[in-house]
Amino acid sequence: MTKEALLAVDDLHIFYGSIDALKGVSLFLNRGEIITVLGANGAGKTTLLNAISGIVPSAKGSIRFNGNLLNGMPAHEIVNMGISQAPEGRKVFSTLTVEENLNLGAFTRRHRKGDVLEAKERAHALFPILKKRYRQLAGTLSGGEQQMLAIGRALMSAPKILLLDEPSLGLAPILVNQIFDIIGEINRQGTSILLVEQNANKALGIAARAYVLENGQVSVSGPSEELRSDEKIREAYLGGRALKKK
Amino acid sequence: MQVVFEQVINGLTIGSFYALIALGYSMVYGVLKLINFAHGDFFTLGSYVGYTILVWVSGLTVVHFGLWGLIVIAMFVAALAVALTGLAVERVAYRPIYPTGRLPAVVSALGASIFIQNAIMVVWGPRFQAYPSKLIPNIKFVLGGVNITLLQILILLMSFILMAVLYVVIQKTTFGAAVRASALDRETASLMGINFKKVIFFIFFLGPALGAMAGVMVGMYYRQISFTMGWNYGLKAFTATILGGIGNLPGAMFGGLILGVLEMLGAAYISAAWKDVFVFLILILVLIFRPNGLFGERVAEKV
Repeated sequence: MTKEALLAVDDLHIFYGSIDALKGVSLFLNRGEIITVLGANGAGKTTLLNAISGIVPSAKGSIRFNGNLLNGMPAHEIVNMGISQAPEGRKVFSTLTVEENLNLGAFTRRHRKGDVLEAKERAHALFPILKKRYRQLAGTLSGGEQQMLAIGRALMSAPKILLLDEPSLGLAPILVNQIFDIIGEINRQGTSILLVEQNANKALGIAARAYVLENGQVSVSGPSEELRSDEKIREAYLGGRALKKK
Repeated sequence: MQVVFEQVINGLTIGSFYALIALGYSMVYGVLKLINFAHGDFFTLGSYVGYTILVWVSGLTVVHFGLWGLIVIAMFVAALAVALTGLAVERVAYRPIYPTGRLPAVVSALGASIFIQNAIMVVWGPRFQAYPSKLIPNIKFVLGGVNITLLQILILLMSFILMAVLYVVIQKTTFGAAVRASALDRETASLMGINFKKVIFFIFFLGPALGAMAGVMVGMYYRQISFTMGWNYGLKAFTATILGGIGNLPGAMFGGLILGVLEMLGAAYISAAWKDVFVFLILILVLIFRPNGLFGERVAEKV
């Protein structure tokens, strides 16, 4: 399986000082797929994404993209290879305009004006509101708009893999639905997606497969459908009620 | 009334020195949250390198490039030499210390300041040095009864061009946006593919270079330079940075100009001896009513 996978994480260990945040996590993402990583706060979900993005150094194990080892590669080169992240809490550059935020998303290919323009048109098509807010400072956008900007910005580098860290965080249900529809659309346009979520219900609805992280380890993994019907998962992450099939 | 205008022009002249130096403080603080106490000494070093070109090797240069060529070369060589010094200081005195926190880096900056100051003293000697006296023809223009010298016009012109170029680079280009983004959130900036080392290279090249050019201009304007002058100019420029809002480049530019004008008006109308008191009084008042400085912005961030 890992031979063909676009992204393969194998036995990944991460330490923050003496605290082991990840204790041997393995997962893979196939080309064209959406997978989701679920888990409670502090389970290590964000750490996993930051390790893939090269922000957090990994102590042991490997991260491979298209067969190339990413371990030890600086974050800015990983973006250039085709993996980009919309981080937790949006992290838009608040005193920069929407336009500048989008331009920075395409920073690694800023000299290829045609590509930047094309990526911008794509972002505008997915998130028309960004076009309307184009000259506004990002800090003045609403939470939902900032999330859209964060995702649009991450798409500006035309990534092969998009890492999404809790895109539904703090958003009203109607906005969550909207964001998830767009995530589906991005995937249909050909981007593979690794989605980290606390909203397990929505995440399992969109992802083909899922991993559950508990205390830095994968406790359960499998096709989303299987996890939906798993009694323990339902109790821990889905509010315990029987779910209707989508 | 003419006195007021003349003092404003004098103030803008020294204010542009402050502004050019302030930009270096502000850029480094913005990106690294480090108060680069060695920055005033970069300015002094630039002044001495310019002095060397203008005095020691001027004969040869004037023959080949003329007087204006000589001045341009002096500015350029000073800027380049000090920019390289800036990069070296960052590499040796700051980079190894970042991981230990902000305070140790500030102490290291003070150490770098003392080191550069003493190095200048060793190379050029402890006595005052004098820039050549008849470098720029002493031409005076009278505009509506207000005197302005050719040198002042040149200084204002050069400073404004330098500031305008920096402004355009920082505010209008994607690389400039990357510098501002790195100042806001270094980690997220790296997620955009921005190489933080390149940003540091940029600010530690340009900041000292601008300071060095201010150093050459100060040499031409006051003619007398000393190896300790960086402290005084550095302090004023740092004040200008705070006045405008630290980390904010247009703020640093206007802060410098405003400070220079206030200083000159204070010297003319209150007391030359008390001009610094007047300047710092204004600073205190500004900070009471606008703690982020005149141009310091705070965009409410929705979470």
